[in-house]
Amino acid sequence: MRTDSGRSRRGWLAAALLSAAVATTHGAWSAEEPGASPEAAARFGADWQSWQAANDVADIPSVQRGARNFVSYCLGCHSLKYERWSRLGEDLGVPPRLLQQDLLPPGDKPAQYILTSMPAADAEAWFGKTPPDLTLMARARGQDYLYQFLKTFYVDPASQTGANNLRLPATAMPHVLSELEGLKRAVYKAVAGSAEGGVTQQVFDHFEPIAPGRLSAAEYDGFVRDTVNFLDYVSEPTQTARRALGVWVVLFLLVFTWLAWLVKREYWKDVH
Amino acid sequence: MSVKSASGAPARLPGGAAPKQGLWAWLNKRLPVDEFMHEQLTGYYAPKNFNVWYFFGSLALFVLVMQLVTGIFLTMFYKPGELTSFDSVEYIMREVDFGWLIRYLHSTGASAFFIVVYLHMFRAFLYGSYRAPRELLWLIGMLVYLALMAEAFMGYVLPWGNMSFWGAQVIVNLFGTIPGIGTPLVEWIRGDYGIADATLNRFFALHVAVLPLALLLLVMLHLVALHQTGSNNPDGIEIKEKVGPDGKPLDGIPFHPYYTVKDLVGVGVFLLLFALVVFFKPTLGGLFLEAPNFEPANPMSTPEHIAPVWYFTPYYAILRAVPNQRMGALLMLLAVVSFLFLPWLDRSPVKSMRYRGWMSRTALALFAVSFVALGYLGLQPAEGLYVVLARIFAAVYFAFFLLMPFYSRIDAVKPVPDRVTYRAH
Repeated sequence: MRTDSGRSRRGWLAAALLSAAVATTHGAWSAEEPGASPEAAARFGADWQSWQAANDVADIPSVQRGARNFVSYCLGCHSLKYERWSRLGEDLGVPPRLLQQDLLPPGDKPAQYILTSMPAADAEAWFGKTPPDLTLMARARGQDYLYQFLKTFYVDPASQTGANNLRLPATAMPHVLSELEGLKRAVYKAVAGSAEGGVTQQVFDHFEPIAPGRLSAAEYDGFVRDTVNFLDYVSEPTQTARRALGVWVVLFLLVFTWLAWLVKREYWKDVH
Repeated sequence: MSVKSASGAPARLPGGAAPKQGLWAWLNKRLPVDEFMHEQLTGYYAPKNFNVWYFFGSLALFVLVMQLVTGIFLTMFYKPGELTSFDSVEYIMREVDFGWLIRYLHSTGASAFFIVVYLHMFRAFLYGSYRAPRELLWLIGMLVYLALMAEAFMGYVLPWGNMSFWGAQVIVNLFGTIPGIGTPLVEWIRGDYGIADATLNRFFALHVAVLPLALLLLVMLHLVALHQTGSNNPDGIEIKEKVGPDGKPLDGIPFHPYYTVKDLVGVGVFLLLFALVVFFKPTLGGLFLEAPNFEPANPMSTPEHIAPVWYFTPYYAILRAVPNQRMGALLMLLAVVSFLFLPWLDRSPVKSMRYRGWMSRTALALFAVSFVALGYLGLQPAEGLYVVLARIFAAVYFAFFLLMPFYSRIDAVKPVPDRVTYRAH
């Protein structure tokens, strides 16, 4: 127990350190990101539909950073109504003291579910709909969907929130991460329609940065991946335990089946 | 060893086993345990030439028991009701010790049940197991299949996810296509003007009590009928017709221990594959647990494509292949009911596909391909080429049954051997 919590604490502190220097931790992911070459930057977003979250829930530091991101940027509006703070602390190796200090909203107790403090009625009045609970969103829509959603916000003056989204057009959600990502606009290209009687259509081509945010493109990508990773964890907190147990079950069944086959072969020696 | 019975005379059971002393003898005098074991297991002779297709009967029984046991544990925590169902399932998944395991065993078990049952049925197609004297065995088996479909459908509604809700909407509305009584019948089934709390609660009652009891009764009858006629085998020969001097079938072996140990291997292999799904791919890419079902039922938001779970999709594809909904529902019903007539449609002089000609073989192959293809098409949106293909495969599906009296009669057959083909290994 003691060693466990010691290890968890070290993990958590490491995560805190890492999060202070987000840039260094996301270097590995940035290879295919814009900025690598001017050509890539010019065409950024053209292939957004094939973007993959490629997250790994076994990467606890990443899930921890995702939890921090969630508390800082999502919890204002979104709940995780099936997840308790204490469960999150246990699973992610966050010691109770740090959980209380860094994650728990003032007044909330660890045994409580992770709920936003925004009243639903107000939320509906402000955004037109209540922001959905996010506990199961990764399972309902998929990690790639969430990743694409958080990376395809663009400035749209026609929208009430000033922002629009490629993954979820006309989303009611404002681009709350714009201070991190910066602003970008969507560039369209005209495509001559063939089926629709030759009517030319405007089709999304790529993104063009307007204003930089606090994070570089690579850092923002890491930020989104961590957040999606956390939402993946929270959609099924038992998944790591499930896979770990599965290995033993399969090994047992291999031995069991082999023994059963030996017994069968022995008995069937009489059958001619 | 000679053991005296309570009356002093040496008592012998039909199989020659001597009753044991003490409690066992006391028990057997009051309950025919030994006699039952002898008649149904150690003295019940099964053909010795069963191949891999013969694993699926015992596996179906195994899955049934597994579903009953996991289901009982689920009912301890599940709370039926519009406002509680979805939350209680998440409670099981997250806060009940090993609740996730019980739930995945049950949800994967539902799909496994159908896989096993479809293979079990295909075996009957292959070797003519539905033919005389096993017509009633086949009919009871089909009733098991119908009860299983009802059981699976209602169980699917219980988690009250969005696909549960809309799937129930579509399937229950099919009853509305019945002329005259359609609308009141649908209301009677739902207990409300829409799929609602009343529907959910009655489906719960049916799913956990009525249908499991019906299933158990039918499965028991299925086994009694099987043991009355004895099993068919890959050669389609009646082993009872060739008995030795001791009156036992020459090509038969006692079910226990030979087939109990063999079926144990089958259970092991099955559980291996089953565990791979449960522990590593419990949703099987949305096939066993669909993504929209991780959102609670929402009458205001229709999922993009409403599709039932994979085991109903062959029939669903047939339903959607017909432009007229009433005709579609009728054809869908016929697609299921057709199986019932099989014993009388098949006019071949031989049972097993091993000794049938190219016509029967081609027909069965086309039927199997159509069934799988329709299953795939039922998962796709009903548009364009998908509908055209669904119509073609539906036509093949029905042609298999409708033309069977002709092609099975004129098809060339090979001579059937006297004794079963078996190679000891």
